This record gives sequence, structure tokens and C-alpha cells, in this order.
Amino acid sequence: MYDYSEFDEGFVRARVAEFRGQVERRISGALTEEEFKPLRLKNGLYLQLHAYMLRVAIPYGTMNSRQMRQLAMIAERWDKGFGHFTTRQNVQFNWPKLVDVPDILDALADVSMHAIQTSGNCIRNVTADHFAGAAADEIEDPRLTAELLRQWSTDHPEFQYLPRKFKIAVTGSPNDRAVTRAHDIGLRTVRGPGGEAGFEVLVGGGLGRTPMIGKVVRDFLPKQDLLPYIEAILRVYNLSGRRDNKYKARIKILVHETGIDELRKRIEDEFTARRKSFPGVDPRLLESLESGFAPPGFVSLGDAPYKDAVRADSGFRAWAATNVAAHKAPGYGIVTVSLKPVGGIPGDATSEQMRALADVAERYGHDELRVSHEQNIIIPHIHRARIPSAYEALKEAGLATPNIGLASDIIACPGMDYCALATARSIPIAQEISSRFKELGLEDRIGPLKIKISGCINACGHHHVGHIGILGLDRAGVENYQITLGGDATETAAIGEKTGPGFSADDLVPALERLAGRYLEVRQSKDETFLESYRRLGATPFKEALYGESLRKAA
Amino acid sequence: MRKAFKPKIVTSNHLLDGDAIYLTGAGVWSRRFADARVFEAKDEADQALAGADAQRDVHVGAYLADAELDHDGTPKPAHFRERFRATGPSVYPHGKQAEA
Repeated sequence: MYDYSEFDEGFVRARVAEFRGQVERRISGALTEEEFKPLRLKNGLYLQLHAYMLRVAIPYGTMNSRQMRQLAMIAERWDKGFGHFTTRQNVQFNWPKLVDVPDILDALADVSMHAIQTSGNCIRNVTADHFAGAAADEIEDPRLTAELLRQWSTDHPEFQYLPRKFKIAVTGSPNDRAVTRAHDIGLRTVRGPGGEAGFEVLVGGGLGRTPMIGKVVRDFLPKQDLLPYIEAILRVYNLSGRRDNKYKARIKILVHETGIDELRKRIEDEFTARRKSFPGVDPRLLESLESGFAPPGFVSLGDAPYKDAVRADSGFRAWAATNVAAHKAPGYGIVTVSLKPVGGIPGDATSEQMRALADVAERYGHDELRVSHEQNIIIPHIHRARIPSAYEALKEAGLATPNIGLASDIIACPGMDYCALATARSIPIAQEISSRFKELGLEDRIGPLKIKISGCINACGHHHVGHIGILGLDRAGVENYQITLGGDATETAAIGEKTGPGFSADDLVPALERLAGRYLEVRQSKDETFLESYRRLGATPFKEALYGESLRKAA
Repeated sequence: MRKAFKPKIVTSNHLLDGDAIYLTGAGVWSRRFADARVFEAKDEADQALAGADAQRDVHVGAYLADAELDHDGTPKPAHFRERFRATGPSVYPHGKQAEA
């Protein structure tokens, strides 16, 4: 794992000390809220409906057991004993007191963590495939690129006051698990003409009120050109992106209004000019980063315990079928730990659960953990011989829900239970869907299905790219939920289509049951997923299931 | 036609812990919605908000929110957002509801 250098350590400590002074001055009244707000946001501190919320970065989703235990300690000492893992590979604490935040940031710095650039109009926490360094389909580990971008973007003097926030995601695999097509910049590792690894660069993707799929701005970018090229994109955006209207300020609008061909030309011109003074990365720095992402010392063991457990334990068999993915090292598996227990809150983990995760990672998984944008925890490197023991330990901690990729593996933003921007609640909807689908036995019959819920148009819950997307709105003082269908977050990304009028909280889950029922009727075989059926048949049969009666009435 | 003025209360978040607070008839802040002073006229509500704005070293982001009166005259939130702020999240027994 990448460890902080002396420079990183000094930088983060200095930021904590600076923020401590700012908090003191705010409390004494020397700073007004207008003065303080941009300062606290730069340090990840929001004010929500009931309390402050601290958003902590987990760069490219990677943590070790020591860091996870520290999150558990922070949750216990300064929060209410739990943390919330988010779609941005961050963790959020929902109840910190203002005066305690500098101490929390110091505790994070103790384990090489921080909350810098998790908010504000800057380059945000760079995210990556949560299977990085482990996936069987991987060309190259994307985390080296993500770390390089983190170091380059942190406090980059030119990009502290962008027109709007800026999100970068990196994947090292052709199967896109990092939603690169819905980011301001998406980097997909591809092979160049000579077989060397480089990037396909996507620009202008994003969700929110104007969802867009990113466009290819460069088919192949050699690795050594990465930073000057990304700088060129950022510079063009910084100078040309709109500042007159917050809702039109993201780079996706610039791409849309300027056209990708014209923008590409401007970026290439800027890149040519910039590369003269900025050749890229110091090779010594790159080398030192590389050692931080060396694969763990994989071991060679027989996998008899795994096979035995699959044979003897139906619970293990079901869990392994959904929660264990193919690993690139022989004999290994990637374990996804679901933070979506039936009827639970997506992404929440208690301090006890965080410690259990840390223990399992330390004992069985080369001391590595990941957070996924799907709000689950990954233990990326477990030898199959040790997976049954890991499973038992997870089960004991209430962390063995066998539902990865299924209907109850729902993404949900905090919604109006916490968020000041929300227009409706998200979490209770996720809880109800998960309980109800389980109760009806629908989940197993349906198979792969991505349901994603946002409590406002900003789309933190990624509803646009859910196979079934749900958007919570406020309609005349009542919560109302709009359904979109056919969205896709992967390499075949698509924005879901709105089906029609929204549903009340009471009518929503029955409508989804009708939708699921219709899919089960119309699919060609058990192997045709919901998304495949939708793509084959179009929206009509599904809209009929949702609005049957009213559609007929209208006819 | 001009919309009828809906009764308002002044609410904000406490500087130190972010908890929702309400301006009372005595001009001090309370953590209970029921203690809020209800303004029936727009001018009075605006004036109260301006007054609250002047003491921003104890609270953050004051605004006017719609209120209704219970059968016994106790103020209660008119909108579900304010209902959550006045009680806490609906998914855990945390926040004000835990202290009640």
C-alpha cells in the first residue's frame, strides 16, 4: 500500500493545524459564516439537516486494517458508533461537533487519511475500480494513476477555483466498475498499437440534473503524457467553463455547448504548449509510487477448504456465488462484503463491523480493504483456502449478506434523513424494497439487477445509471418518486429513460413489484437479465406494468 | 392573485453542533419546534429573520419555514423537511427524538 511520504505527512498536519485555528476563530466570532464556509468545505465539513457532516476521502477506495480501525474509533468517540460509505469512495460521519473536527482530522492524519478536497469547486477524491490490483480482467492497476492524480491535484494552485467540482475516475480493466463514463474525466486503461498500456480519455460525463455520458476526447494517451494532458483539459475548462450559472458550470455543459471536436482541438493545442514546460512525471517519483502498489506476497495453498465448504454449507455456497469474484492470482478470490443487509441502510457500518472487517482483512486478506462506489467493502486478496474462515468471521459480525449484484444490493444516497439538499428520503425506500423483494422471494428469481436511488436531482445515488433508477422529489409538500429504466453504469453506459409520472412512497414498491413481475414474464430465459430484456423489448411492456390502468384509461 | 401568507417561524442551525434551533417569543433560541414564535404577518417574520441574522456567531443559516398550529395552539412544521429537522432521521432513533 502507498504510505505517506514525509512531505504528505507534513502537508496534512499543517492543514489540520490551519483548520484548527480557523475553527477557533469561527467559534470566537472572529470569522463570519460567509468567511468560514469555504474553509470548512475545503476540509470536507458540511452542515446538514441535524448536524455537521464530515466527509473523509478514501483515495481510490483503498485502506488497510489500521485505517479501518481508526474509522471505527472515530465513529465511536465522536459520532454515534457508525459511518456511512458513499458512492464517491468516501466515508461520512453524520454527527461530529464543530469543536471536535480538528481532533478528528488529527486522528485521521495519524493513519495517513484526510478530508481535503472532498468538497468545493476543486478536483475531488480520485476514484478507481474497487477490484484494482486483483481483478482477473485487469490490464494494469489503476491506483498508481489515481495516486499520481491525487498528488498532482492536491492544492494545485491553478485549479482551486474551478467553475464547479471536478471528478476523475480510473479503471484498469475493460469491464468498467468505476463508472468512468459518468465522470468529468474518465480514464480507461487500454493497450496501444505496440501493446503498451495507456488511456482512452473520456470527458464530460456526469449525472445530476443534466445527465451525460462522457465522450472520447483521446483514443489513446501514452502514460507519460497523462499529467500534461489532464492539465490541458483542466486549463481549457477553467478558462472556458461557465461561471454564470451553477447548473451549467460542469465540464459536461462545456462539451455539450462547444462540441467535442472543437474542444478536442483546444485541448490538444493547450497540451502541445504545456508539454514544452511540463514534460510529465519525474521517473524517480513514479518509481517510488510504484513500490506502494506492488502486489502482496501471494501464497500458494490447496483450495480443498473452499471446495469442502461449497459442498457442505448451502449458506456459504449461496454467498460465494454472489460475493466472490475471479482474482488474477491463482487460487485467490475477491470477496465483496455487502453493506446491504435485508432491510438495512445501504453503506452504513457500525464500529464493531468496521473492526470485524479490519480483522478479516488482516488475518486472511493481506491487510487490504476497499470501498466500492456501490457502497460495499471489498477484501480484494483472499486465498480460496481462507475464504471459508473469512466467511464465518463475517457471518458472526452480521456481514455475510449474499446479495452482491442483486435487487437488494441498492445504492442509496443519505436523502432527506440527513442531507440538506434532499427533496425526499432515499434510505427508507431502499429498506422497503430490500425487505419486500426478499419476502416475496423475488430477488433470487430476478438475478442481476441494479437499483439506484437518489433523494434529489443531484443524483448522488446514481439513479440515472441504475437498471431501475428512483429519484425522490417533493411534489407539493409530499414525497414522490420518479422511475427511470434501462440505465447502465458499466462500459456499455446508458442514461435511464423516465417512465412517466412519479409514485407516492406507498405506491412505489408495489409498482416495482409489478415491474419485476413483468420482467419475469417476458424474459426469454433465466439467462436474460432485466437490462437485456429491457434493451430487447424497449420501455413499453414495463411502462404497462407500472401504469397499466392509467395507460388504458388514457387510451 | 397574490398567495396568502402562510404562518412562519425562524429556524437555524446551532453553530457548535449543527442542531436545528428555533427563535422563541423571548428572542432566544430553543431546540424545540414547539417553542418557536409563529409570525402571522410577512413584515414581522422578515424583521425577526433580519434580527436573527444579526447574531450569526451562535447559529448558521437562519431562514423562515412554514408552520401550522396544533389544535392546542402549539406550532408544528408544515412541511416534511421541517418535520425531520424537528425530530431527527427517520431511520435511526438519533437526534432530537433521542433527547425527547
